[in-house]
Amino acid sequence: MDWGTLIATTIAAFITLAIFSFLYKDNPFYKFAEHMAVGLSAGYWVLILFHNVAIPNVYQRLMDGQWWYIFPTILGALMWTRFSRKASWISRYPLAFYIGIATGVAIPLEMRAKVIEQLNGTVGLIEYWRSPGALFLTSFNNTLILVGVVAGLVYFFFSKEHKGVTGVTAKFGIGVLMIGFGAAFGFTVMARISLLIQRVQFLFFDWLHWY
Amino acid sequence: MGMFERLMALDRRWVYLILGLAVMAGVKARIIIPIPISQEARRIHGFVDSLQAGDAIHLAMDYDPSVMAELQPMTLAFLKQCFEKRIRVVVSSLHQFGPALAAGALDTAVARHFERTGERIENGVDYVFLGYKPYPALIILGMGQNYRIPFPNDYYNVPLDDLPMMRDIKNYDDVKAVINISGTSATDWWISYGNGRYGIPLAIGVTGVMATDYYPYLQTGQIFGILGGLEGAAQYEMLVNTPGPAVEGMSVQMIAHAIIILFIIVGNVAYFARRKSLPQGSGSV
Repeated sequence: MDWGTLIATTIAAFITLAIFSFLYKDNPFYKFAEHMAVGLSAGYWVLILFHNVAIPNVYQRLMDGQWWYIFPTILGALMWTRFSRKASWISRYPLAFYIGIATGVAIPLEMRAKVIEQLNGTVGLIEYWRSPGALFLTSFNNTLILVGVVAGLVYFFFSKEHKGVTGVTAKFGIGVLMIGFGAAFGFTVMARISLLIQRVQFLFFDWLHWY
Repeated sequence: MGMFERLMALDRRWVYLILGLAVMAGVKARIIIPIPISQEARRIHGFVDSLQAGDAIHLAMDYDPSVMAELQPMTLAFLKQCFEKRIRVVVSSLHQFGPALAAGALDTAVARHFERTGERIENGVDYVFLGYKPYPALIILGMGQNYRIPFPNDYYNVPLDDLPMMRDIKNYDDVKAVINISGTSATDWWISYGNGRYGIPLAIGVTGVMATDYYPYLQTGQIFGILGGLEGAAQYEMLVNTPGPAVEGMSVQMIAHAIIILFIIVGNVAYFARRKSLPQGSGSV
């Protein structure tokens, strides 16, 4: 291992251990590592934005004679007026422009991807029962999804007291939600343990070379 | 103080210590356990396997170092498959802390491919790394029209038109699919704008925390495959016949999960036993 790699991995190992030290209690090593991560992240982002966006997408394009890029550049620059109490109202113009475009683009596409397609996927499942070749298990699963969605929605329907049929459906709905939360919790535990495993693998194999 | 009281009052640092020691022992033991492969993982592998040499695919690496434990092994396994099949890869990173990780993953995958086969994988010919731009939704829409709109140059500041690989790649019509490996909401943008607007076939590799949120999109066909967390990464490592850190990590997961389940059972038993032993109406335990 060359000296550069050794120094880099040792610094990374020190930062890892400093962060883990918080599990015992808050301490200056943890604070140092935390503040350094915040500072480095901000600095890194500024540089990435400058080199990957400001230079190729603004400066080079203007230099190449694509003069119309001056308009979004001016709009972007006007956002900086937010730092002045007197001139901050100017920043509302680029902001309004951005919100207008983003809303116009987002609403139809988000509606389609997140609502229409999902509704279609849920209600369209009934078609499986009509298909003579549909497997029993597939049809059962699809029906379970449909019933689960409806029951889950009923649980959040507060205009009617949860008694009788509504109460039973809502109870089934909360059960479905709990199963969903349980699956999400299981995945979350796996994710968190994965992070610990990777750090231990780094400390043992990359830093200590303790195979 | 009875046993149950002592258990309920146990300092949480003991739990951290036991779990930490178990994970260390598991990592050191380097046990490989069988990894069952899911249909969702097989579909992604099968799709890439069905492509011809020279076909192009878009790999969107939208994650930062905080989730690289789960996602970097996925990326490396996927790149291995692409490079072995000589599939050209357009790589982007729509997370501000992603570009360095993406560049590192590409370098590692290229070096490993050379070690294994002796073949050189060249930047600009076999893969292109576009780098990072902010506002994922707008960038995804822009790339759908022409990669050159948001990315006039690649990450190394070379104009896209000067890269041999990009000569016949204008937009999503020229790539077979997008594989989004993500630890952020960029996956939502790819579903809504990449698949929703342009109809590009989409598969995703996400962190364990995110996985359950995206299964509904699999059922509706908006994505054709999903890799969830370290388990998904381990499955893909097995599919490309290169067991690596993810596969090794799954045996450690098994140990850690067993301990967590044990703690949950003991904690619940202690909680209910203590509650039963208290006089009725004594309030919260």
